[in-house]
Amino acid sequence: MTFWSDPINFIAEWLRGILTGWGMALDWANVLIASLGIISLILFSMMLAIFLVWVERKVVARFQDRVGPNRIGPYGLFQPFADIIKLIIKEDITPTGADKVVYNLAPVLALASVIFLWAILPLASNIYGVDLNVAILYLVATGALGTLAIIMGGWASNNKYALIGAFRMVATMISYEIPMVVALLIPTILSGTMSVRGIVEAQDPIWYFILSPLGALVFLISSIAELGRAPFDLNEAESEIVAGFHIEYTGMKFGLFYAGELLHAFTFGGLMAILFFGGYRFFGLEQYPLVGFLVFLAKAMFGYWVIMWVKYTMPRIRIDHMLAFNWKFLTPFAFFVLVVTAVLNKVLSGLDTWLFASLIFGANLIIAWITIEILRVYSRRERRLAEGNIPAPVPPAHH
Amino acid sequence: MTPVQIVFLLTAALIIGSAVMVVVSRNLVHAALWLVATLFGVAILYAILDAGFLAVVQVVVYIGAIAILFIFAVMLTRKEMRDRGPQHRKDWWIAAMIGLLVLAGLVSVLVGQPEINRIAGPIPPDFDPVLALGHALVSPDAYVLPFEVASILLLAALVGAVYIAASRKP
Repeated sequence: MTFWSDPINFIAEWLRGILTGWGMALDWANVLIASLGIISLILFSMMLAIFLVWVERKVVARFQDRVGPNRIGPYGLFQPFADIIKLIIKEDITPTGADKVVYNLAPVLALASVIFLWAILPLASNIYGVDLNVAILYLVATGALGTLAIIMGGWASNNKYALIGAFRMVATMISYEIPMVVALLIPTILSGTMSVRGIVEAQDPIWYFILSPLGALVFLISSIAELGRAPFDLNEAESEIVAGFHIEYTGMKFGLFYAGELLHAFTFGGLMAILFFGGYRFFGLEQYPLVGFLVFLAKAMFGYWVIMWVKYTMPRIRIDHMLAFNWKFLTPFAFFVLVVTAVLNKVLSGLDTWLFASLIFGANLIIAWITIEILRVYSRRERRLAEGNIPAPVPPAHH
Repeated sequence: MTPVQIVFLLTAALIIGSAVMVVVSRNLVHAALWLVATLFGVAILYAILDAGFLAVVQVVVYIGAIAILFIFAVMLTRKEMRDRGPQHRKDWWIAAMIGLLVLAGLVSVLVGQPEINRIAGPIPPDFDPVLALGHALVSPDAYVLPFEVASILLLAALVGAVYIAASRKP
């Protein structure tokens, strides 16, 4: 075992040797090394969040045909530090009648629920926090903690807009959790394991994006809803409820929500990469863990970019449309895709890998085509009904 | 004392302390949040026992669904979050006596067990508890019948809820 083939275990072994050499019991040395590992993982994710502030501002600027931050440092790279200094020296306001403890706990829990996710992310073949055999469920559980943090913030602020924002967020998260869990079941069924590392290893020649593009799409949509980003950003709809659940938070407490949101989006980009795009694997590069780590970061950045692309392109949708879209379309659709994938996975299991992949990909194409046809027929009927009920005051000229 | 024992003691203190706060706290939302802390502590206990599946399901079901439902119910039904009435009945000592008796009974039974001081070994690497649980839930000679009955019960509850909530068109 050298540093290049297994860096984390190499450093851990080295530290363990030093610590036990100093006369520390093996148990306590292990605890200390594990704590150091946890702290360095958290530090890494927080430093990444600083970088993400720059990425987000730069990308949104490009989408809006601007240049973005470009004054401080090369390409404006040091802009986030200026932002942080600004956040820290702002006045820290606690509104009158706020529930102080809960109010101050909410931003911490919101960020923590995102950092919890990093425990299961396999950054490379042997760089990961823990290889949990129920990682998929763990992912859902951390989402529950995030929901709790938002309710706490919205309720403790003693502000009606904050409470409305929190309620909207919870409605979104609870409803979109169902298609998300179903979409998470697709990689689980294809790989036969709930461990994310097992899922990455199982995508050996073929990424699951090829086996289940529709599952990846459902996962993308429901994770954008879970993140509360546009078009599902009803929780902080500026034109209606000012800033939603974090309306009363100032300074670094707002900063924690903001950093949590950016890191959450990046983490879901990473999960997208892990579940459907082969994680750290890229044509054999994964045998060098540090290169695999860079591959993972690049794929996660791509997923994050897609989420930003959607956010800055789509308008916000209305709450009844959002719920109807989830319950009447996305949930049944996700279940249908899941059932077809599960049945085909069993029926075709004996076939050659590439034949299997092309058949299951073809099945996905057929499902997509049927869905589009059903939607077309439905929307035509709706349009006819609407045209029949509401007499147009001025008949269109081109008819 | 091993690190696991220290974690266990801290978790036990968290569970007992927050469970007491659930009943002592006068603010109902605070009581619900203390309940979340208690349930989270129980999840940590499961994790210490290498029951990862139970730990995660505990968080998903109890914190993700039930505690949030509690908080919603309190927020939507109460105008005043404070509870002003007396916090105990006149005959609280009977309940205390019963509780102490149960505790004494449990302690006396457990102390007599020879296994009480044994520390559970690690799970062997070729044994996957989640896999075993999954097989047990769907295999005919294990728990497939109770599992299906529970599913039908939940489905019936779901249909009933939809029926009650659905607005009848005239």
